[in-house]
Amino acid sequence: MSSFRVSGRGRVDHTQPIQFTFDGKKIKGFKGDTVASALLANGIHLMGRSFKYHRPRGAVTAGSEEPNALVGTRRGPGRFEPNTRATVQEIWDGLQVNSQNRYPSLSFDIGAINDKAYMLFSAGFYYKTFMWPKSFWDKVYEPFIRAAAGLGVSPTEPDPDHYASRYLHTDVLIIGAGPAGLAAAVSAARAGSRVTLVDENPEAGGSLLSEPSAMIEDMPAWDWVAKTLAELKELGVKVMTRTTAIGYYHQNMVGLCEKLTDHLASPDGETPRERMWRVRAKQVVLAQGALEKPLVFDGNDRPGVMLAGSAQTYLNRYGVRVGNKAVIVTSHDSAWYAAFDLADAGTTIAAIMDTRAEPNGDLVAEATKRGIRIMAGHTVTGTEGRLRIKSVRVNPITGSSVGAAEVIGCDCLLMSGGWTPSLHLFSHTKGTLKWDEERQTFLPDHKAEECEIAGAGRGLWGIEAVLNDGAEMGAAAVKSLGKTSKAASYAVANDRPGTGVSHKELPTDLDAGKARAFVDYQNDVTAKDLRLAVREGMRSIEHVKRYTTNGMATDQGKMSNINGLNIASDALGVPQPKVGLTTFRPPYTPTTFGAFCGYHKGSHFEVTRKTPIDSWAEENGAAYEPVSLWRRAWYFPKDGEDMHAAVSRECRATRASVGIFDASTLGKIEVVGPDAVEFMNRMYTNPWTKLAPGRARYGLLLGDDGFIRDDGVIGRLADDRFHVTTTTGGAARVLNMMEDYLQTEWPDLDVWLTSTTEQWATIALNGPNARKVLEPFVEGLDMSDEAFPHMSVAECRVGGFPARLFRISFTGEVGFEVNVPAHAGRALWEMLFEAGKKYDICPYGTETMHVLRAEKGYIIVGQDTDGTVTPHDAGLSWAIGKMKPDFVGKRGLARPDLVAEGRKQLIGLLTEDGKTKLEEGAQIVLDPNQPKPMKMVGHVTSSYHSDAAGRPIAMALLEDGFNRMGETIYIPMPDRVIKATVTGTVFFDPEGARLKL
Amino acid sequence: MLLIHCPYCNQTLPEAEFTYAGEAHIARPSDPSSVSDEEWRDFLFIRTNVKGPHYERWRHFHGCGRYFNAVRDTVSDRFLITYKTDDPRPELSKLLEKSK
Repeated sequence: MSSFRVSGRGRVDHTQPIQFTFDGKKIKGFKGDTVASALLANGIHLMGRSFKYHRPRGAVTAGSEEPNALVGTRRGPGRFEPNTRATVQEIWDGLQVNSQNRYPSLSFDIGAINDKAYMLFSAGFYYKTFMWPKSFWDKVYEPFIRAAAGLGVSPTEPDPDHYASRYLHTDVLIIGAGPAGLAAAVSAARAGSRVTLVDENPEAGGSLLSEPSAMIEDMPAWDWVAKTLAELKELGVKVMTRTTAIGYYHQNMVGLCEKLTDHLASPDGETPRERMWRVRAKQVVLAQGALEKPLVFDGNDRPGVMLAGSAQTYLNRYGVRVGNKAVIVTSHDSAWYAAFDLADAGTTIAAIMDTRAEPNGDLVAEATKRGIRIMAGHTVTGTEGRLRIKSVRVNPITGSSVGAAEVIGCDCLLMSGGWTPSLHLFSHTKGTLKWDEERQTFLPDHKAEECEIAGAGRGLWGIEAVLNDGAEMGAAAVKSLGKTSKAASYAVANDRPGTGVSHKELPTDLDAGKARAFVDYQNDVTAKDLRLAVREGMRSIEHVKRYTTNGMATDQGKMSNINGLNIASDALGVPQPKVGLTTFRPPYTPTTFGAFCGYHKGSHFEVTRKTPIDSWAEENGAAYEPVSLWRRAWYFPKDGEDMHAAVSRECRATRASVGIFDASTLGKIEVVGPDAVEFMNRMYTNPWTKLAPGRARYGLLLGDDGFIRDDGVIGRLADDRFHVTTTTGGAARVLNMMEDYLQTEWPDLDVWLTSTTEQWATIALNGPNARKVLEPFVEGLDMSDEAFPHMSVAECRVGGFPARLFRISFTGEVGFEVNVPAHAGRALWEMLFEAGKKYDICPYGTETMHVLRAEKGYIIVGQDTDGTVTPHDAGLSWAIGKMKPDFVGKRGLARPDLVAEGRKQLIGLLTEDGKTKLEEGAQIVLDPNQPKPMKMVGHVTSSYHSDAAGRPIAMALLEDGFNRMGETIYIPMPDRVIKATVTGTVFFDPEGARLKL
Repeated sequence: MLLIHCPYCNQTLPEAEFTYAGEAHIARPSDPSSVSDEEWRDFLFIRTNVKGPHYERWRHFHGCGRYFNAVRDTVSDRFLITYKTDDPRPELSKLLEKSK
């Protein structure tokens, strides 16, 4: 083991060595290590390359806010994750870790040439550079940007893991299991509330895990954590670790992402990789603590430059010294303690530089006791070292002048620019923030949800203060639930309270324009970039953010926000609260798509509705097409047939003898009640009063704007009962619309509406022999043309099943639609199919149905109409009950635009060569030689090869189409212009002779 | 996800049970043929599109199926009240006072 591991120190298990690989090299660590702590224990700081300049980078933090140390992790095929934070990923035997954004290797990377050319890559570089010539946009610039963009590489294989999701209801949800969260949980749980305590780390304790020397209630901090967790368990508190609160949504709903297997060497295969919890909490306590800020100076991104608090965490929690010779630079007292801990563990502290002229006297005394050189009132003006820091350049500050430089050798530089309360989740709720002048940071102000903010999250510092605040806030949370709790009072010895100051970039004696002083590490944004953005006219912080990309990386500016604000505020010459803060959005940390998908993938992504006859179609080799959520038999290919051949055969067979079609997906609504006929009169364009029971009629439904919404055949079964059918996709919409009018406009009508779509299986028989096939199965009905003519409906028995039988046609042939209870659908289908064999009965699918209806000019709402088509446009004026005083859409039809000349109207098209089939959706022009952009006067809505017409046929919406009969129009295509003649829409049997028996 | 109180079921239930149904208190003229083109246009298309408390309709689609009215603040996404379709339009000043 290397000299950087401190024997016996930390919470890692020194008896359980673990081996993993980093860029193929074997690395040893201990159980409990993260990738970062194990690498640091082996003296490795270089973990990645930066996004834009490809600068060598190491871990700057020890937590989920890490911007630099992003790696790819792999666990066999498909289980690859890019951009994993090395500071969070726990190691296990066999874990494969790879560095990113480098070629050919991490220590020698060609892309680093960008770093030398940094003057070219200033803020707004993309906006300024990739502009002209236009022809370069997709050929040169985009491929260049795409190749250079991003850090890790996306996995290419499907993710074999599964993900879960759960709901949880709790009285108090506490986010963050550090001192504030633990104390809050104790208060709330002792009062008898249901409490849930979550933390993103593998174990509870938060900052206490980095402060083992503190004594809480005369107990070492770690013992107190253990005792408290035992008490919480006793009290029934649900403690969830490796669980990140990713978003805080309305009415105290919090999203949690629980990681279950990423830390295991061999997951059992049953456990989901991650579980998304949707928690509805009566009260939320945000105890997320604070994040340490870097200082902004030239070369503050070199491997070996790290936050002081993180170095303290690596030492105390992982037993790892991050270097042998450290220099500290700080504007906050906290870094002094990190220096003391490291000094006591054997690291040489070359110097502590404090930007403040007069640091705390007690700290100075402690440092002096350890023989540490103290440099008060100093600034850092540069660092050296290619892949690891070698030295730091420091200067004294006297008033506003920077004195002579001194270079101090070191192998790590530990910095602290103070601490930023972690208010991401609070901001998700639109809770407002106010600027705290003393602490130079934003603190929570007005709350928008039922929550409390405890501890460092509201600017408190020191374990005792935070513990007691947590206890108070836990008590406050349960008090709002009507329970009483007395907050415990905690006494802490060896506490480390402190204060600090906040800075913009540190002063320098060198050319500030050349300083590589990073504010946002992950997006390579420097202080200079921010100042340039302001110089170039950006005023709002939101504009500065987008122009420079500061805070737009995957860490969402966790470390860069306040530094960026300080610099922008200085450059703009207005105070920070006037500049304001950019918006935090969920998720708090990057979250996998898998966790969001949960169970909703593959066949569970969306339901597939199947008819009672679907299984027969499947057994008989149907090709399917999706129609809304249904899967419908599209055509039934016989051996070797393509779709065109199969559809032609199905069409011929139906017109020659008989075809059988599963129409069960048709929407069906039962309209019943004393006022049913009045309701139908008001809803549909057609008159219904005189429609006798036993008769059916084509119904047309408009919106009140006058445009066609839906259509379908409607049968009147009794004076007070209608069987309404709708389009397959429109069923729910139509029922919703009917309910809306019935409930809110006509509550006086005594009518009930019931969806019966799935109660009935519907079998359509069409063709000259349809009646012959059907008649032997029908009981209780005279099927003669006189007794049961076209457009009739009857209740009877078919094949022994109770049935509603319609004589209607969507093909132009004699047609019947038999509705039987869904459970009887397949049985009746098989009976009819068997009996139909002597007539060469042919099962057909939706494509043949489309062709047959198009040959007759029957429209399909949604294909031949698009929400801007009136009944007149569609040639359906005959369906309007002109004598009715009102119906939905009647007034709309009189709107000026709807009665104007030159509307697009539905017409037929025949291509002049008689062979070419038009493309559906193709645009129509009157003059193919006009200059571009051409005036488009319509488009093709339906187009098929028609066996009956012996040629391709089409329908189209064409401007002033009814007045263009016989004219030639043009359809320009990429390779040619097609000529077509405008005709009517009925291509077959215009007299309707075939409808008669 | 919002929690919405259905005034008919008298229960507060997750948003997933409900569907939005546009602005409330826009009555269809009882005799549409007597209104002007402008009045009909306003009925069809013109909406207040407020930033703040908005009178709107919801339907308890996966529940009782009833349409009801609500006042929701479009900035905060907070419901001030939900009420039955035939209840009178509540006064905004009283609602705002109550929600304080």
